[in-house]
Amino acid sequence: MNRLIQQKQLAQLISAHFKEIIRQPAVIFWGIIFPILMALGLGIAFTRQTDIVRHVAVIENHPTAMENANNALLLHAFLENHADKIEPSGDKPQQYKITLPNAKLGNTTFVFEKTTWRHAMVLLKRGNLGIIMDEKNGRIEYHFDPLNTDAHFSYLKLSKIFSQNSVPVEENLESVHPLTVHGTRYIDFLVPGLMAMGIMMSCMWGMSYGMIDKRSKKLLRRMVATPMKKSYFLISLMTVRIIMNLIESALLFLFAWLVFNITIQGSIAGLFAIFIAGNIAFGGIAIFISCRTANTEIGNGLVNAVVMPMMVLSGVFFSYHNFPDWSIPFIQKLPLTLLADGLRSIFIEGAGFADAMLPAAILLSIGIFFFSAGLRFFKWH
Amino acid sequence: MKKNPVIEVKNIYKSFKNVQAVNGVDFKIFKGQSVALLGPNGAGKTTLMEMIEGIQKPDKGDILISDRKWKGNERDLHRIIGISLQETHFIDRLTVSETLKLFASFYELGRERVDEIIGLIGLAEKTNSYVVNLSGGQRQRLALGMALLNNPDILLLDEPTTGLDPNARREIWSILQHLKEHSKTSLVLTTHYMEEAEQLCERIIIIDKGRILKQGTLEHLLEEDNGDKVIEFALDESNRAIDSVNNPSGFQIQWDANRDKGVISLNHIETQLPEFLNFLSQNNLRLRHLECRRKTLDDLFTSMTGRRLHE
Repeated sequence: MNRLIQQKQLAQLISAHFKEIIRQPAVIFWGIIFPILMALGLGIAFTRQTDIVRHVAVIENHPTAMENANNALLLHAFLENHADKIEPSGDKPQQYKITLPNAKLGNTTFVFEKTTWRHAMVLLKRGNLGIIMDEKNGRIEYHFDPLNTDAHFSYLKLSKIFSQNSVPVEENLESVHPLTVHGTRYIDFLVPGLMAMGIMMSCMWGMSYGMIDKRSKKLLRRMVATPMKKSYFLISLMTVRIIMNLIESALLFLFAWLVFNITIQGSIAGLFAIFIAGNIAFGGIAIFISCRTANTEIGNGLVNAVVMPMMVLSGVFFSYHNFPDWSIPFIQKLPLTLLADGLRSIFIEGAGFADAMLPAAILLSIGIFFFSAGLRFFKWH
Repeated sequence: MKKNPVIEVKNIYKSFKNVQAVNGVDFKIFKGQSVALLGPNGAGKTTLMEMIEGIQKPDKGDILISDRKWKGNERDLHRIIGISLQETHFIDRLTVSETLKLFASFYELGRERVDEIIGLIGLAEKTNSYVVNLSGGQRQRLALGMALLNNPDILLLDEPTTGLDPNARREIWSILQHLKEHSKTSLVLTTHYMEEAEQLCERIIIIDKGRILKQGTLEHLLEEDNGDKVIEFALDESNRAIDSVNNPSGFQIQWDANRDKGVISLNHIETQLPEFLNFLSQNNLRLRHLECRRKTLDDLFTSMTGRRLHE
């Protein structure tokens, strides 16, 4: 009987917290529609096979180059003879275009713009272009940042065009085998990252901020002035968050499946285990960081202090392997990295249930540790 | 037969940083009694109330609720106490009924009790309204309803009508009057409205600067203080304090410089009023305002502290 009554108390708390969330129209937007829009925008931007367009600055011949009249106009003569002229609009300089047709990889188009060295450098610094071409003593020179892989790509293609010294032909299609296996596209990388980020954000803002707000409004104080079981209050908050996150992630996946044909290649049970463990980890962290303060501005800062570093480091949008080698082991131990990597391993690497156990166990331990610590120091008044 | 007190406050002290909020307070409240803790803002009423509610711990002294200390008895004591805080916030997007159902579940109560309470607090028409859409008075009635859910032995209300308009205040009073008539709940409320203390409580404890100045029934408090009636007056020449004129009749005049008014406490208005008018005439003083009335707690507080309750 007593157990039944306690379950009723828990059910009422869960029901109240659930209604509190779903009756806010903004929650539907930020929790469900926004991640889908993000997946759509980023997915289209980085996944769809489109023509590659790269801008190239061609330095206009300066008087010193006239010394050797035979060679001085090599680059310009090539553009005049083999490139398509783009009609200049307004006071823009003359532009030329060369397109390398490629049915498998998408066409590559180079847009050449005649300009001065000074202006070319400005464009390079602004990121409008990655490579500058010049000619000296009858030789074509390429200027680009050696660390810029995109500029390398342009250099290789351009040097091929100009060494052939003829109209470009279709590339050797037989030697190119583009990868079409699911999991190699950016959207495949992005969706598990967005799910992990959604879980973190929902727990940290939804739970932490919500609790601090309830404390500042003295609602917590009012609730504990009853025989309410304190742990039930926290468990109900976490339960509601897990249910909400499950709905949000399922809708995000459904969208990505319908629009981008994304699939889950590994164990569904493993995915579920990591998902729940991730929720518990961030739920625990949320309770811990909101266990004392009653000031929403301090709460704002605390949540940001936890969320922002992980947003930057944990590879939600782009791989964290671009960070220095020494930092990688540290980054890999962050809860968001563990969660995102765990979800990705199942989504795109085909990891099984057993593979999911280690990250799930670590996330669960993090959650239990912070939940216990939070409950220990929790300030109800 | 001597009854055991339901609340026993034994010489308690509480300070915050450099402020001594409660400074050696001692009183007992018995079953069915209604007691007002009356004092101006900052008198220490809320701190005292929060210590009785178990929210704060005294630095020194003990508080017993039904002969039990808070420590180790929290769950049991919460079952017999109903509280309403000074500021009451709810979950904005829950309805009145859902809010009461949530709190009813903490006391293991069902739908019937929720319906009873909705009727008692007069919010039947608002049952399905979100609490965020309630008026100040309706919210306060809901807060009172939450406090009454468990049919408490002790009801602790911290400034239940502060900030409400007179109508909303009367509605709260009416609920509490009904409760007094139909239950044996002991009521303790803090207030700085003397009418509230007069209306709802048979015993009044006047508090200022963390100390009890005086306590007793309303009649007892007023009679003890040089009579239960007052003459309040203002003179034409407001700059001229009456103390400066010859006062052979020995009226004890309290002069309120802020309001340019004098107050005299007396017992026999029939004989003393003509004497006072005669005294004014002899001193060639002209009245701008004259009021004879029953003494209030505000007058009493002013006579004890030199300040008014609402200052």
